Amino acid sequence: MNGDDLMPDISTMIRDTARKLLEEKKVDLVIGFEKGTLPLRSTPCFIRNSKEAEKLVWNASCENNLARYLRKRQEKIGIVAKGCDVRSIVELIKEKQLTREQVFIIGIPCNGMVDRKKIDLKLNGREILEAEEKDATLILKGYNFTETLDKEEFLHDSCRTCKYRNPVIYDVLIGNKVAENEGTDEYEEIRQFEAKSADERWQFFTEEFSQCIRCYACRNACPLCYCQECFVDNSQPQWIGKTTNLSDTLIFHVVRALHAAGRCVDCGACDRACPMGIDIRKLTRKVQMDVKQLFHYEAGISVDDIPPLATFNLDDPQEFIK
Amino acid sequence: MQDLDKKADEWEPKIIAFLCNWCSYAGADLAGVSRIQYPPTIRVIRVPCSGRINPLFILRCLQSGADGVLVSGCHPGDCHYTSGNYVARRKFAILNNLLEYLGIEKGRVHFAWVSASEGGKFAELIKEVTEEVRVLGPARRLVKSEWR
Repeated sequence: MNGDDLMPDISTMIRDTARKLLEEKKVDLVIGFEKGTLPLRSTPCFIRNSKEAEKLVWNASCENNLARYLRKRQEKIGIVAKGCDVRSIVELIKEKQLTREQVFIIGIPCNGMVDRKKIDLKLNGREILEAEEKDATLILKGYNFTETLDKEEFLHDSCRTCKYRNPVIYDVLIGNKVAENEGTDEYEEIRQFEAKSADERWQFFTEEFSQCIRCYACRNACPLCYCQECFVDNSQPQWIGKTTNLSDTLIFHVVRALHAAGRCVDCGACDRACPMGIDIRKLTRKVQMDVKQLFHYEAGISVDDIPPLATFNLDDPQEFIK
Repeated sequence: MQDLDKKADEWEPKIIAFLCNWCSYAGADLAGVSRIQYPPTIRVIRVPCSGRINPLFILRCLQSGADGVLVSGCHPGDCHYTSGNYVARRKFAILNNLLEYLGIEKGRVHFAWVSASEGGKFAELIKEVTEEVRVLGPARRLVKSEWR
Protein backbone atom coordinates (compact mmCIF):
# COMPACT_ATOMS: atom_id res chain seq x y z
CA MET A 1 0.00 0.00 0.00
CA ASN A 2 1.12 3.54 -0.54
CA GLY A 3 0.55 4.20 3.17
CA ASP A 4 3.66 2.17 3.85
CA ASP A 5 5.79 4.11 1.42
CA LEU A 6 4.96 7.21 3.37
CA MET A 7 5.81 5.74 6.77
CA PRO A 8 8.88 7.91 7.53
CA ASP A 9 7.02 10.94 6.29
CA ILE A 10 4.08 10.18 8.52
CA SER A 11 6.32 10.55 11.58
CA THR A 12 7.56 13.91 10.30
CA MET A 13 4.04 15.04 9.52
CA ILE A 14 2.85 14.02 12.99
CA ARG A 15 5.71 16.01 14.56
CA ASP A 16 4.92 19.07 12.47
CA THR A 17 1.23 18.89 13.27
CA ALA A 18 1.87 18.41 17.00
CA ARG A 19 4.38 21.27 17.07
CA LYS A 20 1.99 23.59 15.30
CA LEU A 21 -0.94 22.66 17.54
CA LEU A 22 1.07 23.26 20.69
CA GLU A 23 2.65 26.49 19.44
CA GLU A 24 -0.71 27.90 18.40
CA LYS A 25 -2.11 26.79 21.74
CA LYS A 26 -4.88 24.87 20.03
CA VAL A 27 -4.19 21.98 22.38
CA ASP A 28 -2.42 21.74 25.74
CA LEU A 29 -1.32 18.16 25.35
CA VAL A 30 -0.53 15.81 22.50
CA ILE A 31 -0.74 12.08 23.09
CA GLY A 32 1.22 9.98 20.62
CA PHE A 33 3.96 7.41 20.41
CA GLU A 34 7.70 7.65 20.99
CA LYS A 35 10.46 5.16 20.33
CA GLY A 36 10.50 2.44 22.96
CA THR A 37 13.58 1.18 24.78
CA LEU A 38 13.61 -2.04 22.79
CA PRO A 39 13.64 -2.43 19.04
CA LEU A 40 10.21 -2.91 17.48
CA ARG A 41 8.59 -1.25 20.48
CA SER A 42 6.83 2.08 20.59
CA THR A 43 5.48 3.52 23.75
CA PRO A 44 2.76 6.11 24.44
CA CYS A 45 4.10 9.57 25.17
CA PHE A 46 2.58 12.79 26.44
CA ILE A 47 3.84 16.03 25.00
CA ARG A 48 3.09 19.44 26.45
CA ASN A 49 5.99 21.42 25.05
CA SER A 50 6.36 22.02 21.32
CA LYS A 51 10.11 21.32 21.55
CA GLU A 52 9.39 17.77 22.65
CA ALA A 53 7.36 17.09 19.51
CA GLU A 54 10.55 15.71 17.94
CA LYS A 55 10.07 12.57 20.01
CA LEU A 56 6.92 11.51 18.17
CA VAL A 57 7.16 8.52 15.84
CA TRP A 58 4.86 6.39 13.74
CA ASN A 59 5.63 2.79 12.76
CA ALA A 60 4.19 -0.71 12.80
CA SER A 61 4.57 -1.12 16.55
CA CYS A 62 2.29 1.74 17.63
CA GLU A 63 -0.20 -0.84 18.86
CA ASN A 64 -1.56 0.66 22.09
CA ASN A 65 -5.02 2.15 22.07
CA LEU A 66 -4.37 5.74 23.12
CA ALA A 67 -8.05 6.46 23.73
CA ARG A 68 -7.38 4.86 27.11
CA TYR A 69 -5.62 8.06 28.24
CA LEU A 70 -8.31 10.56 27.31
CA ARG A 71 -10.72 10.43 30.21
CA LYS A 72 -10.75 12.71 33.24
CA ARG A 73 -8.64 15.45 31.70
CA GLN A 74 -9.49 19.11 31.83
CA GLU A 75 -7.15 20.31 29.09
CA LYS A 76 -7.64 20.22 25.35
CA ILE A 77 -5.96 17.16 23.88
CA GLY A 78 -4.46 16.35 20.53
CA ILE A 79 -4.36 12.62 19.96
CA VAL A 80 -2.57 10.54 17.35
CA ALA A 81 -5.20 7.98 16.49
CA LYS A 82 -5.50 5.07 14.09
CA GLY A 83 -8.80 3.49 13.01
CA CYS A 84 -9.52 1.55 16.20
CA ASP A 85 -8.44 4.41 18.49
CA VAL A 86 -10.85 6.74 16.73
CA ARG A 87 -13.70 4.25 17.10
CA SER A 88 -12.98 4.07 20.84
CA ILE A 89 -12.99 7.88 20.98
CA VAL A 90 -16.41 7.87 19.27
CA GLU A 91 -17.68 5.48 21.95
CA LEU A 92 -16.25 7.65 24.74
CA ILE A 93 -17.92 10.74 23.26
CA LYS A 94 -21.19 8.82 22.96
CA GLU A 95 -20.91 7.81 26.60
CA LYS A 96 -20.29 11.43 27.63
CA GLN A 97 -16.81 10.75 28.89
CA LEU A 98 -15.41 13.42 26.55
CA THR A 99 -16.73 16.12 24.32
CA ARG A 100 -15.89 16.25 20.66
CA GLU A 101 -14.53 19.79 21.13
CA GLN A 102 -12.09 18.60 23.77
CA VAL A 103 -10.14 16.38 21.40
CA PHE A 104 -8.23 17.25 18.29
CA ILE A 105 -7.96 13.97 16.40
CA ILE A 106 -4.81 13.52 14.34
CA GLY A 107 -6.19 10.62 12.31
CA ILE A 108 -3.86 8.10 10.73
CA PRO A 109 -4.94 5.44 8.24
CA CYS A 110 -3.43 2.21 9.47
CA ASN A 111 -2.26 -0.90 7.69
CA GLY A 112 -2.19 -2.93 10.86
CA MET A 113 0.31 -3.31 13.65
CA VAL A 114 2.76 -6.18 13.93
CA ASP A 115 2.52 -8.77 16.66
CA ARG A 116 5.86 -9.22 18.42
CA LYS A 117 4.77 -12.57 19.81
CA LYS A 118 4.38 -13.92 16.28
CA ILE A 119 7.76 -12.47 15.31
CA ASP A 120 9.41 -13.99 18.37
CA LEU A 121 8.06 -17.37 17.37
CA LYS A 122 9.48 -16.95 13.89
CA LEU A 123 12.88 -15.85 15.21
CA ASN A 124 12.95 -18.82 17.52
CA GLY A 125 14.74 -17.24 20.46
CA ARG A 126 17.12 -15.00 18.52
CA GLU A 127 17.14 -11.49 19.93
CA ILE A 128 16.31 -8.49 17.78
CA LEU A 129 18.84 -5.69 18.19
CA GLU A 130 17.74 -3.48 15.37
CA ALA A 131 14.49 -3.15 13.47
CA GLU A 132 13.85 -1.22 10.32
CA GLU A 133 10.70 -0.83 8.27
CA LYS A 134 10.82 -0.61 4.55
CA ASP A 135 7.57 -0.50 2.60
CA ALA A 136 5.69 -3.67 3.45
CA THR A 137 8.68 -5.42 4.99
CA LEU A 138 10.41 -5.47 8.33
CA ILE A 139 14.17 -5.86 8.41
CA LEU A 140 15.28 -7.35 11.71
CA LYS A 141 18.94 -7.55 12.68
CA GLY A 142 20.62 -9.33 15.57
CA TYR A 143 23.83 -11.27 16.31
CA ASN A 144 24.84 -12.88 13.04
CA PHE A 145 21.45 -12.69 11.41
CA THR A 146 19.30 -10.46 9.28
CA GLU A 147 15.71 -11.44 8.61
CA THR A 148 13.44 -9.74 6.14
CA LEU A 149 9.82 -10.37 7.03
CA ASP A 150 6.61 -9.51 5.25
CA LYS A 151 4.66 -7.31 7.69
CA GLU A 152 1.32 -8.61 6.44
CA GLU A 153 2.09 -12.09 7.79
CA PHE A 154 2.82 -10.88 11.30
CA LEU A 155 -0.12 -8.59 11.96
CA HIS A 156 -2.17 -8.80 15.13
CA ASP A 157 -5.29 -10.95 14.72
CA SER A 158 -7.47 -7.91 15.42
CA CYS A 159 -5.71 -5.99 12.61
CA ARG A 160 -6.19 -8.85 10.20
CA THR A 161 -9.99 -8.69 10.45
CA CYS A 162 -10.19 -4.91 10.96
CA LYS A 163 -12.82 -3.24 8.77
CA TYR A 164 -12.13 0.34 9.80
CA ARG A 165 -8.50 1.00 9.00
CA ASN A 166 -9.25 4.61 8.14
CA PRO A 167 -10.39 6.86 10.99
CA VAL A 168 -14.16 7.44 10.96
CA ILE A 169 -13.80 11.01 12.27
CA TYR A 170 -10.76 13.26 12.46
CA ASP A 171 -9.67 16.89 12.53
CA VAL A 172 -6.66 16.30 10.35
CA LEU A 173 -5.77 13.18 8.40
CA ILE A 174 -2.10 12.34 7.96
CA GLY A 175 -1.06 10.22 5.00
CA ASN A 176 -3.27 8.73 2.33
CA LYS A 177 -6.32 6.65 3.05
CA VAL A 178 -5.65 2.94 2.82
CA ALA A 179 -7.79 0.28 1.17
CA GLU A 180 -10.30 -1.29 3.53
CA ASN A 181 -10.32 -4.99 4.19
CA GLU A 182 -13.61 -5.59 2.35
CA GLY A 183 -13.37 -9.20 1.27
CA THR A 184 -12.66 -10.95 4.57
CA ASP A 185 -15.40 -12.32 6.81
CA GLU A 186 -14.41 -10.88 10.15
CA TYR A 187 -16.38 -13.44 12.18
CA GLU A 188 -15.41 -16.55 10.25
CA GLU A 189 -13.29 -17.85 13.11
CA ILE A 190 -16.13 -17.35 15.59
CA ARG A 191 -18.58 -19.20 13.34
CA GLN A 192 -16.17 -22.10 12.98
CA PHE A 193 -15.80 -22.22 16.75
CA GLU A 194 -19.58 -22.16 17.19
CA ALA A 195 -19.87 -25.19 14.96
CA LYS A 196 -18.02 -27.27 17.55
CA SER A 197 -19.96 -29.20 20.18
CA ALA A 198 -20.88 -27.62 23.52
CA ASP A 199 -18.45 -29.96 25.28
CA GLU A 200 -15.60 -28.94 23.02
CA ARG A 201 -16.36 -25.29 23.52
CA TRP A 202 -16.54 -25.69 27.29
CA GLN A 203 -13.27 -27.61 27.20
CA PHE A 204 -11.63 -24.79 25.25
CA PHE A 205 -12.84 -22.06 27.58
CA THR A 206 -11.89 -23.92 30.75
CA GLU A 207 -8.40 -24.58 29.41
CA GLU A 208 -7.97 -21.06 28.12
CA PHE A 209 -9.25 -19.22 31.17
CA SER A 210 -7.65 -21.49 33.74
CA GLN A 211 -4.43 -19.72 32.74
CA CYS A 212 -5.82 -16.38 33.89
CA ILE A 213 -3.88 -14.90 36.82
CA ARG A 214 -6.49 -12.18 37.46
CA CYS A 215 -4.01 -9.35 36.92
CA TYR A 216 -6.76 -7.30 35.22
CA ALA A 217 -4.38 -6.10 32.52
CA CYS A 218 -7.21 -6.67 30.01
CA ARG A 219 -9.46 -4.39 31.99
CA ASN A 220 -6.78 -1.75 32.43
CA ALA A 221 -5.83 -1.69 28.76
CA CYS A 222 -9.43 -1.48 27.57
CA PRO A 223 -10.42 2.07 26.63
CA LEU A 224 -14.03 1.32 27.57
CA CYS A 225 -13.48 -0.41 30.93
CA TYR A 226 -13.66 2.72 33.02
CA CYS A 227 -16.17 2.00 35.81
CA GLN A 228 -15.34 3.87 38.98
CA GLU A 229 -15.60 0.58 40.79
CA CYS A 230 -15.47 -2.61 38.77
CA PHE A 231 -17.86 -5.37 39.83
CA VAL A 232 -14.90 -7.60 40.70
CA ASP A 233 -13.58 -5.03 43.16
CA ASN A 234 -16.95 -4.60 44.79
CA SER A 235 -17.05 -6.03 48.29
CA GLN A 236 -20.60 -5.08 49.30
CA PRO A 237 -21.95 -7.28 47.77
CA GLN A 238 -18.97 -9.32 46.75
CA TRP A 239 -20.14 -10.56 43.39
CA ILE A 240 -17.31 -12.94 42.63
CA GLY A 241 -14.22 -14.29 44.36
CA LYS A 242 -10.88 -12.67 43.72
CA THR A 243 -8.76 -15.78 43.33
CA THR A 244 -7.87 -17.68 40.19
CA ASN A 245 -10.71 -20.13 40.81
CA LEU A 246 -11.92 -21.20 37.37
CA SER A 247 -15.58 -20.43 37.99
CA ASP A 248 -14.79 -16.92 39.25
CA THR A 249 -12.36 -16.28 36.41
CA LEU A 250 -14.83 -17.39 33.77
CA ILE A 251 -17.57 -15.24 35.23
CA PHE A 252 -15.21 -12.25 35.29
CA HIS A 253 -14.44 -12.64 31.60
CA VAL A 254 -18.02 -13.39 30.57
CA VAL A 255 -19.35 -10.36 32.42
CA ARG A 256 -16.57 -8.16 31.05
CA ALA A 257 -17.58 -9.27 27.56
CA LEU A 258 -21.24 -8.52 28.36
CA HIS A 259 -20.34 -5.08 29.72
CA ALA A 260 -18.60 -4.37 26.44
CA ALA A 261 -21.65 -5.45 24.42
CA GLY A 262 -22.40 -2.83 21.79
CA ARG A 263 -19.38 -0.81 22.93
CA CYS A 264 -16.38 -2.98 22.09
CA VAL A 265 -14.67 -1.89 18.88
CA ASP A 266 -12.38 -4.93 18.77
CA CYS A 267 -9.15 -2.93 18.99
CA GLY A 268 -7.54 -6.00 20.55
CA ALA A 269 -6.02 -4.07 23.48
CA CYS A 270 -7.17 -6.72 26.00
CA ASP A 271 -5.61 -9.50 23.97
CA ARG A 272 -2.29 -7.71 23.60
CA ALA A 273 -2.17 -6.75 27.27
CA CYS A 274 -2.70 -10.31 28.49
CA PRO A 275 0.57 -11.64 29.93
CA MET A 276 -0.73 -15.21 29.66
CA GLY A 277 -1.72 -14.99 26.02
CA ILE A 278 -5.37 -15.84 26.66
CA ASP A 279 -7.67 -15.55 23.66
CA ILE A 280 -9.99 -12.98 25.26
CA ARG A 281 -11.35 -11.86 21.91
CA LYS A 282 -13.05 -15.26 21.52
CA LEU A 283 -15.62 -13.96 23.99
CA THR A 284 -15.78 -10.27 23.12
CA ARG A 285 -16.11 -10.93 19.41
CA LYS A 286 -18.98 -13.35 19.90
CA VAL A 287 -20.88 -10.60 21.70
CA GLN A 288 -19.90 -8.12 19.01
CA MET A 289 -21.10 -10.49 16.30
CA ASP A 290 -24.44 -11.03 18.07
CA VAL A 291 -24.98 -7.30 18.51
CA LYS A 292 -24.37 -6.85 14.80
CA GLN A 293 -26.65 -9.71 13.78
CA LEU A 294 -29.48 -9.18 16.25
CA PHE A 295 -29.56 -5.39 16.48
CA HIS A 296 -27.74 -4.39 13.27
CA TYR A 297 -25.36 -2.20 15.18
CA GLU A 298 -21.64 -1.61 15.10
CA ALA A 299 -19.85 0.32 17.81
CA GLY A 300 -17.76 3.39 17.20
CA ILE A 301 -19.10 4.46 13.84
CA SER A 302 -21.04 7.62 14.61
CA VAL A 303 -21.40 9.79 17.70
CA ASP A 304 -25.12 10.12 17.01
CA ASP A 305 -25.97 6.42 17.28
CA ILE A 306 -27.87 5.28 20.36
CA PRO A 307 -26.08 2.44 22.21
CA PRO A 308 -27.95 -0.80 21.32
CA LEU A 309 -28.51 -1.92 24.89
CA ALA A 310 -29.93 1.46 25.90
CA THR A 311 -32.73 1.20 23.39
CA PHE A 312 -35.03 -1.42 21.81
CA ASN A 313 -37.21 -2.25 18.87
CA LEU A 314 -40.73 -3.59 19.28
CA ASP A 315 -39.85 -6.51 17.01
CA ASP A 316 -36.53 -7.52 18.58
CA PRO A 317 -35.84 -11.27 18.40
CA GLN A 318 -37.46 -13.27 21.20
CA GLU A 319 -37.70 -16.86 19.98
CA PHE A 320 -35.74 -17.96 23.05
CA ILE A 321 -38.40 -16.60 25.43
CA LYS A 322 -41.20 -18.95 26.44
CA MET B 1 -49.37 -35.14 44.52
CA GLN B 2 -47.14 -37.66 42.84
CA ASP B 3 -44.18 -35.95 44.54
CA LEU B 4 -45.17 -37.46 47.89
CA ASP B 5 -44.34 -40.93 46.63
CA LYS B 6 -40.74 -40.00 45.91
CA LYS B 7 -37.95 -41.02 48.20
CA ALA B 8 -36.34 -38.30 50.26
CA ASP B 9 -32.83 -38.96 48.91
CA GLU B 10 -33.87 -38.70 45.27
CA TRP B 11 -32.36 -35.73 43.44
CA GLU B 12 -34.78 -32.96 42.65
CA PRO B 13 -33.71 -29.94 40.62
CA LYS B 14 -33.28 -26.65 42.43
CA ILE B 15 -34.39 -23.79 40.21
CA ILE B 16 -34.07 -20.12 41.01
CA ALA B 17 -37.01 -18.14 39.58
CA PHE B 18 -36.69 -14.39 39.22
CA LEU B 19 -40.27 -13.15 38.94
CA CYS B 20 -41.41 -9.66 38.11
CA ASN B 21 -43.51 -8.20 40.91
CA TRP B 22 -46.19 -6.91 38.56
CA CYS B 23 -46.97 -9.97 36.48
CA SER B 24 -45.19 -13.29 36.92
CA TYR B 25 -45.15 -13.04 40.69
CA ALA B 26 -48.89 -12.38 40.64
CA GLY B 27 -49.23 -15.19 38.07
CA ALA B 28 -47.55 -17.55 40.54
CA ASP B 29 -49.90 -16.26 43.21
CA LEU B 30 -52.89 -16.99 40.97
CA ALA B 31 -51.62 -20.51 40.34
CA GLY B 32 -51.45 -20.88 44.13
CA VAL B 33 -54.89 -19.55 45.00
CA SER B 34 -56.40 -21.54 42.12
CA ARG B 35 -54.80 -24.69 43.62
CA ILE B 36 -53.05 -25.58 40.36
CA GLN B 37 -50.39 -28.19 41.04
CA TYR B 38 -46.80 -27.72 39.90
CA PRO B 39 -43.49 -29.22 41.02
CA PRO B 40 -41.98 -27.70 44.18
CA THR B 41 -38.64 -27.11 42.49
CA ILE B 42 -38.51 -23.35 42.29
CA ARG B 43 -37.15 -20.82 44.76
CA VAL B 44 -38.71 -17.48 43.98
CA ILE B 45 -36.88 -14.16 44.06
CA ARG B 46 -39.20 -11.25 43.53
CA VAL B 47 -37.80 -8.40 41.44
CA PRO B 48 -39.44 -5.07 40.56
CA CYS B 49 -39.08 -5.67 36.80
CA SER B 50 -37.35 -8.08 34.44
CA GLY B 51 -35.21 -5.06 33.58
CA ARG B 52 -33.77 -5.33 37.09
CA ILE B 53 -32.03 -8.59 36.18
CA ASN B 54 -28.32 -8.20 35.94
CA PRO B 55 -26.67 -11.05 34.00
CA LEU B 56 -24.48 -11.44 37.06
CA PHE B 57 -27.53 -12.62 39.05
CA ILE B 58 -27.94 -15.53 36.67
CA LEU B 59 -24.25 -16.39 36.54
CA ARG B 60 -24.06 -16.16 40.31
CA CYS B 61 -26.97 -18.61 40.64
CA LEU B 62 -25.23 -21.11 38.37
CA GLN B 63 -21.99 -20.63 40.28
CA SER B 64 -23.71 -21.24 43.60
CA GLY B 65 -25.03 -24.56 42.38
CA ALA B 66 -28.53 -23.79 41.11
CA ASP B 67 -29.51 -26.50 38.64
CA GLY B 68 -31.58 -24.06 36.65
CA VAL B 69 -32.54 -20.41 36.46
CA LEU B 70 -35.82 -18.96 35.25
CA VAL B 71 -36.41 -15.30 34.54
CA SER B 72 -40.00 -14.30 33.97
CA GLY B 73 -41.43 -10.88 33.27
CA CYS B 74 -44.38 -9.07 31.72
CA HIS B 75 -45.39 -9.66 28.12
CA PRO B 76 -44.01 -7.08 25.68
CA GLY B 77 -46.22 -4.00 25.88
CA ASP B 78 -47.36 -4.76 29.43
CA CYS B 79 -44.39 -3.48 31.42
CA HIS B 80 -45.35 -1.56 34.53
CA TYR B 81 -42.47 0.79 33.72
CA THR B 82 -43.38 0.94 30.02
CA SER B 83 -40.17 -0.42 28.51
CA GLY B 84 -38.22 -2.35 31.18
CA ASN B 85 -38.93 -5.72 29.58
CA TYR B 86 -38.01 -4.50 26.09
CA VAL B 87 -34.60 -3.38 27.25
CA ALA B 88 -34.23 -6.60 29.25
CA ARG B 89 -35.09 -8.64 26.15
CA ARG B 90 -32.02 -7.32 24.32
CA LYS B 91 -29.82 -8.02 27.32
CA PHE B 92 -31.20 -11.56 27.63
CA ALA B 93 -30.72 -12.28 23.92
CA ILE B 94 -27.00 -11.50 24.21
CA LEU B 95 -26.63 -13.39 27.48
CA ASN B 96 -28.53 -16.42 26.24
CA ASN B 97 -26.34 -16.71 23.16
CA LEU B 98 -23.16 -16.18 25.14
CA LEU B 99 -24.03 -18.87 27.68
CA GLU B 100 -24.67 -21.36 24.92
CA TYR B 101 -21.44 -20.34 23.19
CA LEU B 102 -19.56 -20.87 26.44
CA GLY B 103 -20.82 -24.44 26.55
CA ILE B 104 -23.42 -24.14 29.32
CA GLU B 105 -26.07 -26.74 28.51
CA LYS B 106 -29.10 -25.41 26.71
CA GLY B 107 -31.99 -25.67 29.14
CA ARG B 108 -30.24 -24.46 32.30
CA VAL B 109 -31.37 -20.89 31.86
CA HIS B 110 -34.91 -20.04 30.80
CA PHE B 111 -36.74 -16.85 29.97
CA ALA B 112 -40.51 -16.41 29.86
CA TRP B 113 -43.30 -13.89 29.72
CA VAL B 114 -46.14 -14.67 32.17
CA SER B 115 -48.88 -12.20 33.00
CA ALA B 116 -50.78 -11.87 36.28
CA SER B 117 -53.78 -13.65 34.77
CA GLU B 118 -51.82 -16.66 33.50
CA GLY B 119 -51.80 -18.89 36.57
CA GLY B 120 -52.25 -21.92 34.35
CA LYS B 121 -49.39 -20.91 32.08
CA PHE B 122 -47.19 -20.38 35.11
CA ALA B 123 -47.82 -23.90 36.40
CA GLU B 124 -47.21 -25.35 32.92
CA LEU B 125 -44.02 -23.31 32.62
CA ILE B 126 -42.64 -24.62 35.90
CA LYS B 127 -43.47 -28.20 34.85
CA GLU B 128 -41.70 -27.70 31.55
CA VAL B 129 -38.63 -26.01 33.02
CA THR B 130 -38.36 -28.62 35.77
CA GLU B 131 -38.47 -31.46 33.23
CA GLU B 132 -35.81 -29.85 31.06
CA VAL B 133 -33.52 -29.31 34.02
CA ARG B 134 -34.20 -32.82 35.31
CA VAL B 135 -33.02 -34.27 32.02
CA LEU B 136 -29.77 -32.31 32.28
CA GLY B 137 -29.13 -33.50 35.84
CA PRO B 138 -27.37 -31.57 38.60
CA ALA B 139 -25.47 -28.42 37.64
CA ARG B 140 -21.84 -29.07 36.78
CA ARG B 141 -20.43 -26.31 34.68
CA LEU B 142 -19.63 -22.99 36.29
CA VAL B 143 -20.32 -24.39 39.78
CA LYS B 144 -17.67 -23.20 42.20
CA SER B 145 -16.01 -26.37 43.42
CA GLU B 146 -15.23 -25.07 46.92
CA TRP B 147 -18.92 -24.59 47.56
CA ARG B 148 -19.88 -28.14 46.73
